[in-house]
Amino acid sequence: MTISDRAALLDVAGVQKIYTGRGRTVEAVRDLTFSVGQGELVCIVGPSGAGKTTLLKCIAGLMAPTSGTVTLDGATVTSPPASMAVVFQEYGRSLYPWLTIEGNVELPLKAKKLSKARRAELVREALEAVGLADVHSAYPWQLSGGMQQRVAIARAVAYQPQVLLMDEPFAAVDAQTRADLEDLIRSLWHKLGVTILFVTHDIDESVYLGQRVLVLSSSPTVIMEDLTIDLPDERNQLETRSSRRFAELRGHVYEQIQLAKHRKGGQPGPERVLPDSNDRTPASKAPDAAR
Amino acid sequence: MHRLLSSGRSLLLALGLPVVLVGLWWVASANSVNYYWPPLKTILTTFGDVWFSDRLRADVLPSITRLLIGYAGAVVLGVALGVALGSSRTLRRLTEPILEFFRAIPPPVLIPILFLFAGIGNTAKVVVIISGAIWPVLLNTVEGVRAVDEVLSDTSRSYRITGVARLRRLVLPAASPQIVAGMRQALSISIILMVISEMFASSNGLGFAIVQFQRSFAIPEMWSGILLLGLLGFVLSLLFQLFERRSLRWYHGLRRSQRGEK
Repeated sequence: MTISDRAALLDVAGVQKIYTGRGRTVEAVRDLTFSVGQGELVCIVGPSGAGKTTLLKCIAGLMAPTSGTVTLDGATVTSPPASMAVVFQEYGRSLYPWLTIEGNVELPLKAKKLSKARRAELVREALEAVGLADVHSAYPWQLSGGMQQRVAIARAVAYQPQVLLMDEPFAAVDAQTRADLEDLIRSLWHKLGVTILFVTHDIDESVYLGQRVLVLSSSPTVIMEDLTIDLPDERNQLETRSSRRFAELRGHVYEQIQLAKHRKGGQPGPERVLPDSNDRTPASKAPDAAR
Repeated sequence: MHRLLSSGRSLLLALGLPVVLVGLWWVASANSVNYYWPPLKTILTTFGDVWFSDRLRADVLPSITRLLIGYAGAVVLGVALGVALGSSRTLRRLTEPILEFFRAIPPPVLIPILFLFAGIGNTAKVVVIISGAIWPVLLNTVEGVRAVDEVLSDTSRSYRITGVARLRRLVLPAASPQIVAGMRQALSISIILMVISEMFASSNGLGFAIVQFQRSFAIPEMWSGILLLGLLGFVLSLLFQLFERRSLRWYHGLRRSQRGEK
């Protein structure tokens, strides 16, 4: 772990995960090192099968890495930390079908032993924040997929985490809903000042959402690039996505992903340097120099 | 109006066959002189005389009490053991052969043995009911607990819902559809065992009364006892349906929405 970045809230150092079973070992994640600063919105993008979910589970304390450490706010993560919330891809399986929308958002707060009045307040605020103020007494399965994922986001928001982990949360909703949810995440992030680590396989989504994009290689996974997204902070679906810079960044990440598919274990290939938008230094780095 | 009509129709459909059958019985037995086949009219008259007397307190109540205690015991023990076995693979492996063995023994054959050890009082009868009715609850609970969704389990862990809270908020609700299915089977087994245990060695109860009537050739009384047992089972199963519909409303709704959308 390096102390170079003083504002780092989440520190992932040399995380490796090897699955062993029936005489076969699979190295899903080889060596991941990066840190996320307080209040940052970082996207992790990688080809499918890149061990994204494995990485996220290690960070969330749901799975112990084979080697390496995850540090949150100075404390090593060995079990799910109180200041972290996770939003899973499978909204249909991460909401409690026997509880109403309100019940779902409230349950983690009960486990936190908050008072009834405080719980009611947080539930109401969170549901309002995701635009679901009027359906609280419905059951999750009575809602559309996009709305179910809003409930899962509301539940995470009500939990008041320092870090919000999102594991391909919009992979299973339709394109229109997806755009709305992306904007919801940006606005929640602005409003709450929460740190967000957003895992996705969608290149456009990662560039549109993130301040930084970490590009993963194929399994066994390393970080191929730590790219700063120098788009203006005020983003909207129409203008941002049609801007020239967006296209450049998107194209660059796309190339990296293509390279990643053919390259395993993360030997840096022929480096393509992203043309700079202004007078910054190229954000592109070789994986070993990422820290 | 339309709804009224359709609910009227379903009521008619539900009641239609029983009414026809009872009518047939009534007509066919009306002039019966066979000693063992008394007219339904006689049976029904006897029904009132026999059961709406002090037999209600002397026989019906003890039976129902044993039934309910035995059933409740089977459900509580079955769920508790099922949760323990469902959560621990080691425990499952350790106990599986023994459980399979005991499950394979038909509970009525245990009655003489149990009566030897536990006497012929209420305790023995309750034990008989539990020993037979526990299995469907136990085995269904094990399956239900094992099948708790992995994503839901991860979600609960990430929100630090552990220990007793996990059991109460995640494991039991998630397994409840299977548990309730086991409870439904256990209910009918409980009724059967209640009657059989009373037939063996007893001084009161429905099973005892029916055997008593049969042995003293009080045939209409015997028939009325059988009718009462049927009615008891019917009412209990109706009550159970009500309980199931209430407690598993979410599950049926979920299933409906899954069928409708996918």
